[in-house]
Amino acid sequence: MGFDRRLVQYFDWGLLLLIIVLGIFGLVALYSAVTAGADIAQKILFTKQLIWYGAGLVAMTVFFLFSYKSLEKWADIIYGGCVFLLVGVLIFGKITGGSQRWLLLGPISVQPSEIAKVAVIIVLARYYSKYASERGFSFRGLVTPIILTAIPFILIVKQPDLGTAMVILLIAGTMTLFVKIERRTLIYSLSFGVLSGPLVWYFLKGYQKQRILTFLNPDRDPLGAGYHIIQSKIGIGSGYISGRGFLQGTQNALSFLPEQHTDFIFSVLAEEWGFIGASVLLLLFLFLIVWGLNIATNCRDNFGTILAVGITTLIMWQVLINIGMVMGLMPVVGVTLPFISYGGSSIVTMMICAGILLNISMRRFQFEK
Amino acid sequence: MKRYLNTVVNEWFNKRVLGAILCVVVAFSILFMRLFYLQIMKGEEFLRLSENNSIRLESIVAPRGLIFDAEGGLLVDNRPSFDLRIIPRNAKPLEQTLKKLAHYTNIPEEDMMEKVRASNGRSSYKPVLLKQDIGRDAMASIEVNKFDLPGVVMDIRPVRHYINGQYAAHLIGYLGEINARELQGGAFAGCKGGDFIGRFGAEKTYEDLLRGKRGGRQVEVDVRGQVVKVLRTVSATPGQNLYLSLDCSLQKKAEELLQDRVGAVVAMDPMTGYILVMASSPTFDQNAFVSGMSRKEWNALISNPGYPMTNRVIQAEYPPASTYKIVTAIAGLEEGVIDLKTTHYCPGYYAMGNRVFRCWKRGGHGEMNVVSAIVESCDVFFYKVGEEVGVDKLASYARMFGLGERTGISLDNEGKGLIPTSEWKKKRIGESWQKGETLNVSIGQGFNLTTPLQMLVLTSAIANSGTLYQPQIVRRVEAADGIEVKNIEPVVTGTLTINPKTMDIVKRGLWEAVNTRKGTARGIKLKKYPISGKTGTAQLVSRKSRAGETVKEKDLSDYHKSHAWFVAYAPSEAPRIAVAVIVEHGEHGSTAAAPIAKELIKAYLEKQDRKNLAFTAQGRQTMPDGVVMAGE
Repeated sequence: MGFDRRLVQYFDWGLLLLIIVLGIFGLVALYSAVTAGADIAQKILFTKQLIWYGAGLVAMTVFFLFSYKSLEKWADIIYGGCVFLLVGVLIFGKITGGSQRWLLLGPISVQPSEIAKVAVIIVLARYYSKYASERGFSFRGLVTPIILTAIPFILIVKQPDLGTAMVILLIAGTMTLFVKIERRTLIYSLSFGVLSGPLVWYFLKGYQKQRILTFLNPDRDPLGAGYHIIQSKIGIGSGYISGRGFLQGTQNALSFLPEQHTDFIFSVLAEEWGFIGASVLLLLFLFLIVWGLNIATNCRDNFGTILAVGITTLIMWQVLINIGMVMGLMPVVGVTLPFISYGGSSIVTMMICAGILLNISMRRFQFEK
Repeated sequence: MKRYLNTVVNEWFNKRVLGAILCVVVAFSILFMRLFYLQIMKGEEFLRLSENNSIRLESIVAPRGLIFDAEGGLLVDNRPSFDLRIIPRNAKPLEQTLKKLAHYTNIPEEDMMEKVRASNGRSSYKPVLLKQDIGRDAMASIEVNKFDLPGVVMDIRPVRHYINGQYAAHLIGYLGEINARELQGGAFAGCKGGDFIGRFGAEKTYEDLLRGKRGGRQVEVDVRGQVVKVLRTVSATPGQNLYLSLDCSLQKKAEELLQDRVGAVVAMDPMTGYILVMASSPTFDQNAFVSGMSRKEWNALISNPGYPMTNRVIQAEYPPASTYKIVTAIAGLEEGVIDLKTTHYCPGYYAMGNRVFRCWKRGGHGEMNVVSAIVESCDVFFYKVGEEVGVDKLASYARMFGLGERTGISLDNEGKGLIPTSEWKKKRIGESWQKGETLNVSIGQGFNLTTPLQMLVLTSAIANSGTLYQPQIVRRVEAADGIEVKNIEPVVTGTLTINPKTMDIVKRGLWEAVNTRKGTARGIKLKKYPISGKTGTAQLVSRKSRAGETVKEKDLSDYHKSHAWFVAYAPSEAPRIAVAVIVEHGEHGSTAAAPIAKELIKAYLEKQDRKNLAFTAQGRQTMPDGVVMAGE
């Protein structure tokens, strides 16, 4: 099998450019987050992040070199491996801040729940591409996807990492809605959800209820989540139109912001670059998502289309939840901002997502008839 | 299944993608609107808030639980420590501010400058700690001149205050700053860097009860850092209060009696196991740990040849010496080797093969039975008993008293002691047991090792005729509001399965040892309260020198002098207190250790009786009053 020159011809340079611009945006914001005023020891985080970007670029390249069709073949193994790692985390995982999310592999620690999101997308894409019909899925058809989603979901809730678990649920839900559900099934499952809520509530323990209430309403915890939100809002708001300028954010410099380099990096960015900078970032994300959906449209293969939709959904939910959270629109959950937040597992996973999108995009010709 | 095979044509999805794009655009519009609202509409307000850094989170430290003695006397509380900090960026000009500060506090200016330099530098917003616990006077003069001292911040932090420094230091313990590893581990949830946690003694054992739960508040502050408004508060939960079983005045007395000596005194109620006294000498001052100790001070403390940081009551292991004869006597009686009528003649030595084992009394005791052998502490009698019982049988009786095992008192680093058996020696040293070693063991020498606390538990078990109580230091735990109270009940850890007759014989020996003319402890006889007890003298060097000459005790250098033991309980018939005393290099149990026990017993029983008398007197006063009234 010779090298198909069309692969180069159809390469999605625009998407690559978008990813690189986002990456640079992220590095600049991170540099400010870890250098201004905070502990000197944090500066090393910037260097680490650069290394992670390097690793991410390699991962991205790997993921567009082979045809995404092999992902369909390998879906079971990828999914099985992820579940295996998630179980491993619960048994051998490193405990930080009260939850067990990290698996130590030699000198680096990885977060299997990040890559589990992609694994769920791949298995669901394979299943839905096989069985999708214009009538939509009935309940019987949804049993398999529900089980496939529930296994990693429960394992991640156990860690506990409510944010990531919720993202998986949202991705699975969005993908299912995309492939269409029978109207009757949709109504039944919605009403089942509404009714079972109070029942589950009844069986929860007191502290679990407290945790969920705080999750829904951060103001209940004025020293934790509530405080973070206030500081984050002040940070974003004080950016005004043009921002305070690079490295000039005081909310950031004084460490008023929690997790300023991971979950709350958007507020650092909005404080220093103002409405203009923040809007540009939002627009870039919007472009990226529309671009991803466009790739789904151009793909002539059902698996590829659903896979592209799933990956794009992942990016979309993370952006919506993270930015919604720092602006006080959503509960505070640990969800990173794609391509921007600090963190190896997050960056590499997002670059793999970008690789898969590039992969689907550059092979769109292979199914043209 | 068949209908699933008719999967959709790909074009069908395109319409759905269009719908999806629409949803995304709507969602992003909401984000844009929110961004616009926060940054453009509310921007000015947030800018003002951030200019003043005006919302802060202040931590409310939870007061640590207090510690009381058995009578409710306060032993440990918290006092404010004033910590001096400076925000370099606000302290302009820095040099001048530091100069003034040096004038008010007597802290050298260079030291403070060094601290600022060592942190993030002179333009940092982060407060730099200049000195902890500057004292009330320095605090007052800074507060008065605050207008003149820009950027200077005073933090008030509660610190531990040991009301009588050194008092029961080993039992109460002290605090130390939490380290990075402890912060990361899950055991100290809610702690922050800089917090102090229990490091020793009850402060450590009961850390979880004593430590409260931190609270905090969101406050709005003005440009000068003064709080304008408290937005929200979560109050701190104070730690729980501990009521120790310790008798305060008795503990003081014990410490006075031990002063300038090396040793330990421990006493408990033989009917419950509650510890009344726990003193170890030399001791240390817990208040020195309160604001963190310098490396030099710490090194001086731990390299002190007297080991002041060792709680000798539970950590130090000594040969039990003649106090162990209680065990040998019981073993002999129970094994049928001897009875009350059995006598052995003591010529002052016992020859075994070609070795000669001496009695402490060179001229010999003459004809001895088990009671007189306890009373006069005759070695030869017990050599014979031990030889006939055998080392392993003897060990099983020692074990029955809990020797060779930790008592399980709720304090760290308790020693196990050692009760040798032939199997132990084979395993540990690789040699088989020698008969002569049995003789040494049967008088509490040789490999035998016990802690004073173990001997106290043994003595108490004799006093109460057969019950082993868990020694406990806490009587009661109370929540800070005093509503929730948890009483700590006595815990029985074992019972002695021995004949009541045996017990009576041993008890008689112990009574006569104090109350008869020939008793080794006759010097401490009290008219009012009959004491039962046993002396012991733990030899550190063999009485026989290599040349075969007997070395006299008084010719030994101080460091080779014997340890003096005394274990006792009183009153003999209905015991209320049991005591174990050891004085290192005190030479004789009868002269060095027994008088300490006597003083404590006397003080305790007199005090108790006074209290009882006052109580009954009070009762009489009220009761007959009514009778008289009725008669009139």
